[in-house]
Amino acid sequence: MSLFEIIIISLIKIVIAVVALLLTVAYLVYFERKISAWAQNRIGPNRVGFHGLLQPFADVFKLLLKEDIVPDAANKPLHTLAPFIALFVAFATYAVIPIGPAIHIFGYDINLVVADVNIGVLYVLALTSLGVYGITFAGWSSGSKYSLLGGVRSSAQMISYEVSMGFSIAGVLLLSESLRPIDIVNSQYGWMWNAIVQPIGFITFVVSAFAETNRLPFDLPEAEPELVGGYHTEYSSFKFAGFFLAEYANMIIASCMIVTLYLGGWQIPYIDKLGLGVTITTLLQIGAFISKVVFMLFFFMWVRWSIPRFRYDQLMNLGWKVMFPLSLVNIVWVAVLIMLFN
Amino acid sequence: MTVKKRTEDLTFFQKIYVAEIGRGLMLTLKNMFRPKVTMQYPEVKFIPPASYRGRPVLVQENNGVERCVACGLCSRVCPALAIEVQASETELEKERYPEKFEINMLRCIFCGFCEEVCPEEAIVMSKDYELVFTNREDAIYDKDKLLTSVDKLKDRLEFLRKFK
Repeated sequence: MSLFEIIIISLIKIVIAVVALLLTVAYLVYFERKISAWAQNRIGPNRVGFHGLLQPFADVFKLLLKEDIVPDAANKPLHTLAPFIALFVAFATYAVIPIGPAIHIFGYDINLVVADVNIGVLYVLALTSLGVYGITFAGWSSGSKYSLLGGVRSSAQMISYEVSMGFSIAGVLLLSESLRPIDIVNSQYGWMWNAIVQPIGFITFVVSAFAETNRLPFDLPEAEPELVGGYHTEYSSFKFAGFFLAEYANMIIASCMIVTLYLGGWQIPYIDKLGLGVTITTLLQIGAFISKVVFMLFFFMWVRWSIPRFRYDQLMNLGWKVMFPLSLVNIVWVAVLIMLFN
Repeated sequence: MTVKKRTEDLTFFQKIYVAEIGRGLMLTLKNMFRPKVTMQYPEVKFIPPASYRGRPVLVQENNGVERCVACGLCSRVCPALAIEVQASETELEKERYPEKFEINMLRCIFCGFCEEVCPEEAIVMSKDYELVFTNREDAIYDKDKLLTSVDKLKDRLEFLRKFK
């Protein structure tokens, strides 16, 4: 493969990934509202288009038409930069998520992942930590006490939960012996899904993922009743839309990571025993990946409309006194498993 | 300040919360499939029960004459000073009738005192809750708008006889 071909293939992958991500984000907002409505015995948006399916576009147009306000007390360059950091991080992380096995079309072997990096998991961890900057900058540069409180909370929360997240991932890496997402998926052959092999690690990772994405029950950075809007109190128009997009994009990333690391990625247990054709198998596997991600996204929203917000001290207690030791226990458990069966 | 002791300690399973969270999630999931309570307003309209206090109206008998004798009690009792009545004489048996009867709907608080105080059952609260006007002049409802035939108010009149 020449350099030109590689560039073309990568560009196509990037376009597909970005478009898919943007569309998913738009409809996540729609489904968030629908699910919140259903959980409260309401109907939800159903006026714009068939069953309200055009609602996301109406929302976007509304946001674009709003006035973009920058407060006098704000630090203007940082205030403008913050949503872009948040967006960049959310979208860049998607590059290393594999959505299916390698396919063979037009004489090329193509991995269904934008960038097949051999340190993919590390890359995701590094970038999601960078995401804190977007929120902290937003909180600090707005020149408002509510924003500042939101930003400070967010950085404290993310740093606390990053630790247990990292340690839970260590358990996965012990089994897969690789940081490459594709190898991690391959290591979960059959029913050897990490969620089944190491349930404690799965739980700690999911909880940390909720905290990392600032979703309820850990949405302290934007806790509406306490902090007005948290770090995006002083944002309006498109910059606010940026944060909104980033939050939902982060949710997709988190779901993709949970699926890749713990729910066997695109794997369907023992599908190769059925003797289906290669094309059908591949399509089924891509479908499996997407449906797993959709289920995780639904789970995110389901939890949001079921569980109330943690208090700040409870959050810190849970992070350091429960999740952190549990993730350590998980590493020991995985090590013992490897000692016994390997 | 005395510290209150907890009356009941949580059991171990309640303390690790996982089972309790699961129960909470099941509750919301169950609710997602229950019938929806939303009424889709402009298409489906809420029809209030007889006890509902909507826009106050004047009762018009079937022969086209209003019951009101312009005693002015409603105007006196109105806490928001929304009602203005001007009496005049008539050849009919009731001898008096309101020449002018105006309710300022921007002032009305729907308390129903006018209805309670009326000796003739001439002013009652209707079921009309769709009150829209685009300027202050339109908000002052005169006799034309207030007069409503007695057939339409049957529900309310029966309710009043039962409970007033």
